[in-house]
Amino acid sequence: MNYYGLVDGSDASLRNFLRTLSGVDQIGAESRAAMLATRSIKTTAKNWAIDLAISMVDLTTLEGADTPGKIRALAAKAVRPDPTDSTVPSVGAVCVYNDMVSIARQHLDLIGGAHVRVAAVSTAFPSGRASMAVKIQDTQDAIDAGAAEIDMVIDRGAFLSGRYLEVFNEIVQIRALCGKKTHLKVILETGELVTYDNVRKASFLAMLAGADFIKTSTGKVSPAATPPVVLVMLEAVRDFYEMTDRRIGVKPAGGIRNTKDAIKQLVLVNETAGPEWLNPGLFRIGASALLNDLLMQRMKMRDGYYPSPTYVTID
Amino acid sequence: MNERLEVKKTYKLFIGGAFPRSESGRTYEAKGPDGAFIANSSLASRKDLRDAVVAARNAQIRWAGATAYNRGQILYRIAEMLEGRRAQFATEIAALDGISLQEAELEVHTAIDRWVWYAGWSDKLAAINGSTNPVAGPFYNFTIPEPMGVIGAIAPENQSLLGLVDAIAPIIVSGNTTVVLASTRAPLPAMTFAEVLATSDLPAGVCNILTGQKSELAPWFASHMDIDGLDISGVDESSRSDIKIAGVENLKRIHVFDGATTPQRIFAFMEAKTVWHPIGV
Repeated sequence: MNYYGLVDGSDASLRNFLRTLSGVDQIGAESRAAMLATRSIKTTAKNWAIDLAISMVDLTTLEGADTPGKIRALAAKAVRPDPTDSTVPSVGAVCVYNDMVSIARQHLDLIGGAHVRVAAVSTAFPSGRASMAVKIQDTQDAIDAGAAEIDMVIDRGAFLSGRYLEVFNEIVQIRALCGKKTHLKVILETGELVTYDNVRKASFLAMLAGADFIKTSTGKVSPAATPPVVLVMLEAVRDFYEMTDRRIGVKPAGGIRNTKDAIKQLVLVNETAGPEWLNPGLFRIGASALLNDLLMQRMKMRDGYYPSPTYVTID
Repeated sequence: MNERLEVKKTYKLFIGGAFPRSESGRTYEAKGPDGAFIANSSLASRKDLRDAVVAARNAQIRWAGATAYNRGQILYRIAEMLEGRRAQFATEIAALDGISLQEAELEVHTAIDRWVWYAGWSDKLAAINGSTNPVAGPFYNFTIPEPMGVIGAIAPENQSLLGLVDAIAPIIVSGNTTVVLASTRAPLPAMTFAEVLATSDLPAGVCNILTGQKSELAPWFASHMDIDGLDISGVDESSRSDIKIAGVENLKRIHVFDGATTPQRIFAFMEAKTVWHPIGV
């Protein structure tokens, strides 16, 4: 087997490759992320950024209390985020649990939302603690139900114990299941990886194993998508592009609740990976509450006065 | 012996139970009637107003959900704390208004008494303005006054403490939360009042106090879609109609009060809820 001509699928080659990765300058990454967060994005640039951010949202509900009704409401919101304003773009995707995929897909098709993709969280999300057979069945169910994107979690326990090949092979197997049609996002759960070096290692490991996207977090662990972590991952996809000529997407998820946070992420993307990444095919934001704040900021920009949360839907 | 170097007080804003500086970093000078500098005060921007409204909205449901008795007790507690600060208020008012300490003390006493008067109304509102209504059907029919939500207030320029009390007390006693713009000319007693609120049992965000220019901020109060009512007693008569027009978009209740101390000031920011309860089902 050959993965981008960089590793051959053996433990030795994977270890060798990961060892060659440069370490992350922690202070440097944090101060650069903080510096970029001070960029001021106003007026027309802000309008553009808000619409772009809306089109990048993976509108997410991952609650034990999810019902088919809630999923349908979410689907409707994904297609027309603001029912009173048809100029608001649809979001990138809806992100739901496995058993809700078919409900979301059917409802989206019914209401003219064929262009909105359905993402399913998979492989024993959020902990990843299950046998490989269960993880494969979990993923197969989602694909059969019509998921266009699979958000899989890695086995953080194995990664932190240094069993990199185990993690690698799991991703490879899920990749094979997804084939060419289904997008694979690999969740690193950076809040559990402890160091930025680990984040960089895990990013490369996931990309080598065939990820289309690397995603920060499940949203169930805090801290989640902090700016320095996203910066490290964006540097990883940039470096990977230089090595392989292939662009991998990045999806921060968890903790991005308002427009200001979202625009900070877009600045990071533009300044780190480059403007090619500023589209929903290569950058997504996993969020639920964020969309309402984006809509309210959009209203403020349009009307010139402050809006009320009572004019946007609760979920 | 060396003369002691005075520690000057920084007057900031009061938003969500905290004392931030203005987001804009601006300040202005509060002066006495002779033009002498007294202190620097924060010059709030529209974004400070925006943040204050968010704080007020977050606090509203819990404050309205507290029992009327509990709200009354908290307001009485504030009166107790005001009592201990009488000298500080009197000194600030005397300096800003150029009046004697005795005259200033009189205003402080009137303000505290007024606060207690409004506090007493908390558990009597439903008795005065609620009703059971005779209806032609098998129902008990009640009407109950309920708080509107987030109410803005532009406090009058003169009588900086008494005017502030008259603006805040009738709004929050019923379960509304508020964002108040204090007297521009005499902002200091308002921030001392905020210190009283911060050390009483009033939940954070129920009362938020800004200091700044009325001409700059009043239009943002009026157009803000998340403010449900507005007391513009402190706005110049010439600007009032513009403010009322700006408040039309969300059907904001906008009132001007003539200074009379009456429970109607409380009811102005309450709305009626009518309940039909079936009999014999």
